[in-house]
Amino acid sequence: MLKIRRDFVDEIVAHARRDHPDEACGVIAGKEGSDEPERFIPMVNAARSPTFYEFDSGDLLKLYREMDARDEVPVVIYHSHTATEAYPSRTDIAYASEPEAHYVLVSTRDPETYEFRSYRIVDGVVTEEDVEVVEPSSKADTGSDGLHED
Amino acid sequence: MAVTVSIPTILRSHTDGAKSVEAAGSTVLEVLDDIESRHSGLKERLVKDSKLHRFVNVYVNDEDVRFVGGLDAEVSDGDTVTILPAVAGGAR
Repeated sequence: MLKIRRDFVDEIVAHARRDHPDEACGVIAGKEGSDEPERFIPMVNAARSPTFYEFDSGDLLKLYREMDARDEVPVVIYHSHTATEAYPSRTDIAYASEPEAHYVLVSTRDPETYEFRSYRIVDGVVTEEDVEVVEPSSKADTGSDGLHED
Repeated sequence: MAVTVSIPTILRSHTDGAKSVEAAGSTVLEVLDDIESRHSGLKERLVKDSKLHRFVNVYVNDEDVRFVGGLDAEVSDGDTVTILPAVAGGAR
């Protein structure tokens, strides 16, 4: 299950809407082992395409170095589909290489509503998971004080 | 010629979990061959038809090797080689 703050959901959707009809992409980094998305990092879609996204290779190196230095991992890797369902495509599956990450897909095909769904993609196998949206205020207090040890 | 090679999470099963390994060589290909001699299976995850796989990025220090000769890109003593899976996909 993905537990994610509402403001991050809003940020992802806003990013997807902003870049529509091109696909938008980014990550939410979190402390290694915590499984908690904490730092929202929108990325540039170097492909600037309505059917493909790719982090710029220079940006990717910078991002991973920064995460390494902060003991972070990409807890969430998100991108949008702008004309199709929020379900991983063949291409998404072929590229997926972070078995610990939650792959979030947002569909902006409908201008009024959005789909926001999350998946694990491990060795080419896609497993959809529940998304629990939590309010940032209640989340912000917990930090690493052990209140959430589930 | 010793270089440090940084290994991404998904490939650490080939390096007994190590985040980085030391290797020798004067080009990226030689470095990968040297690693392969000790950690079999890594190279085929990165190289296909004598070219770097589309799904992976390799850097010598800050430089994406695609722009500096690909597998023939030169490495020098003390360089850092970083391997990162591309983050990409899309509806297509």
